[in-house]
Amino acid sequence: MSKGRFGIHGGQYIPETLMNAVNELEEAYNRYKDDPEFKKELKDLFNQYANRPSLLYYAKNMTEDLGGAKIYLKREDLNHTGAHKINNCIGQCLLAKKMGKKRVIAETGAGQHGVATATIAALMGLECEIFMGREDCERQALNVYRMKLLGAKVHPVDSGTKTLKDAVSETMREWTNRVEDTHYVLGSVMGPHPFPTMVRDFQAVISEEIKDQLFQVEGRLPDAVVACVGGGSNAIGTFYHFIPHKEVKLIGCEAAGRGIHTKETAATVNTGSLGIFHGMKSYFCQDSYGQIAPVYSISAGLDYPGVGPEHANLYDEGRAEYVPVTDDEAVDAFEYLSRTEGIIPAIESAHAIAYVKMLAPTMKKDEIIVVTVSGRGDKDVAAMARYRGEQIYDE
Amino acid sequence: MTNRIREAFLKNANKKAFIPFITSGDPSLEVTEQLVYAMEKAGADIIELGIPFSDPTAEGPVIQEANLRALSNNITTDDIFKMVENIRKNTQIPLVFMTYANVVFHYGTERFLDRCQGLQVDGIILPDVPFEEKEEFAVSCQERDIAFISLIAPTSHERIKKIAESAEGFVYCVSSLGVTGTRSEITTDIGSMVSLVKEGNPSIPCAVGFGISNAASAAAMAKVSDGAIVGSAIVKLCGKYKEDCIQPVADFVKELADAVHGL
Repeated sequence: MSKGRFGIHGGQYIPETLMNAVNELEEAYNRYKDDPEFKKELKDLFNQYANRPSLLYYAKNMTEDLGGAKIYLKREDLNHTGAHKINNCIGQCLLAKKMGKKRVIAETGAGQHGVATATIAALMGLECEIFMGREDCERQALNVYRMKLLGAKVHPVDSGTKTLKDAVSETMREWTNRVEDTHYVLGSVMGPHPFPTMVRDFQAVISEEIKDQLFQVEGRLPDAVVACVGGGSNAIGTFYHFIPHKEVKLIGCEAAGRGIHTKETAATVNTGSLGIFHGMKSYFCQDSYGQIAPVYSISAGLDYPGVGPEHANLYDEGRAEYVPVTDDEAVDAFEYLSRTEGIIPAIESAHAIAYVKMLAPTMKKDEIIVVTVSGRGDKDVAAMARYRGEQIYDE
Repeated sequence: MTNRIREAFLKNANKKAFIPFITSGDPSLEVTEQLVYAMEKAGADIIELGIPFSDPTAEGPVIQEANLRALSNNITTDDIFKMVENIRKNTQIPLVFMTYANVVFHYGTERFLDRCQGLQVDGIILPDVPFEEKEEFAVSCQERDIAFISLIAPTSHERIKKIAESAEGFVYCVSSLGVTGTRSEITTDIGSMVSLVKEGNPSIPCAVGFGISNAASAAAMAKVSDGAIVGSAIVKLCGKYKEDCIQPVADFVKELADAVHGL
């Protein structure tokens, strides 16, 4: 087995042109990850710039309304740029600087990762180019403008399904084109080694904080932690420090789109099969000949046909479970959290909230669920209005 | 069958081989089959047949579009095997499949390679399987005498020797950074890449691909190596002339093959 394996998953299935780049990256990451100075710089940026630690908020209204387990929200939506994505971008851009790279490139789905990358690139004086499916550019026009405002160049991607997977493919292609001075800030726990491990380490701050924060108020571990899963970076960040604690249930919520029995779904673990794509072995939505399926979800950030290799392995081992949540359920949860707690979540995060709505009433009142609100929902407001038949912008 | 690839490099007076690439099923499998015969007649020594993949991450727009055209005709891997079955009734020209890891893996690597062996397919190229991952495929290829063809790139540097040492069939030397597609010039020092290959493995042929757009650049690349591979420039003609592409492709391949063979 090659490097970067999680059980049978992971690996480095990429063109030869990129091999030296990922090897260099791995070397640099291994050199800096335990370096006290690097760790201090990272922590300072987390705390001074990105507003960490993010709050662990007791959702009293939601808890009372659902009448079961106590619900805590991990407020990654309160980070600078409004999502967990900034954690990974700070880590990778800091590393890119150490490696002497002048330019960063990244894919984006909903635009959150693109905005976070453009933000840190602006902060650190790196050139920045973002690849985004044309369909997503239209769904998330506000984020496109934010990226431009931050000094990034945005390339709409017209290949394939014009969504996240095509943006990843196009960013990989661009990386093979200009690799010497460029770092690819991959936005999730996917792609070739060392990305799944490195991105997980940068996101693991989420569960590290949850553990401390919950211990302070409750004096114990949670019974379940819940997060939405596209590629799976906020979920792995939410799970990571609880993986050794077998008594903590780990639950990932996948985007089922119009349902896992329809073709319009992006629930990879529930409907996919083993494959090799985008640099990794993992589960993918694909047809019987291994052609990658055009997936669908209302959420641009979860609209991806694969899942990170560590999740695939957590599933194989039975350590984590992955549940499908439909568009309808997610939209209901989007509105529910807004009304109940005065918190408008990203439509991605609303998938996790939707599952908690079903889970909490089945649990005892002295049990605890922590759910990660991976991002805030401002970017989704127009689309949610449209979903309810209301046009708030002129088309 | 790996020997047939070697022989293809040695059979011409100047010991250079010309290797055209086309995407199977673009515009149709019937035309692909006819293209194989026409290209052999025009002087091709080995033919690379692409098995289309939905998300070909190493390809530029020309071959990406060819993949999508083929897939929109609902061409499957099994249909392509059937086409090769027909081809093998008419010619023994060395054939090399070029596709992506998932197409082989999802079909079942052993099952896929059994089919290849039955059809006397000579080699396989998977651009998303680098040296570090090749064992998963190369061992099963070896057992069936199918060459698992390795690629080297301008960024490979010190990796070239170790890749060459265990290379089979031929070494695919990627001329430029980036994805497939025609380029106005190739600036990489191909000669020194080829010498590194030969240091690692003196007997392995080394053919150059990516970016070759005309007879002059094909000849120039063959001059500093053992052969030239041309894909996008040919696939462009398939896209332009569709069902009528056989003659224009044959003419173009003749030009390229003659240039490579020094005729």
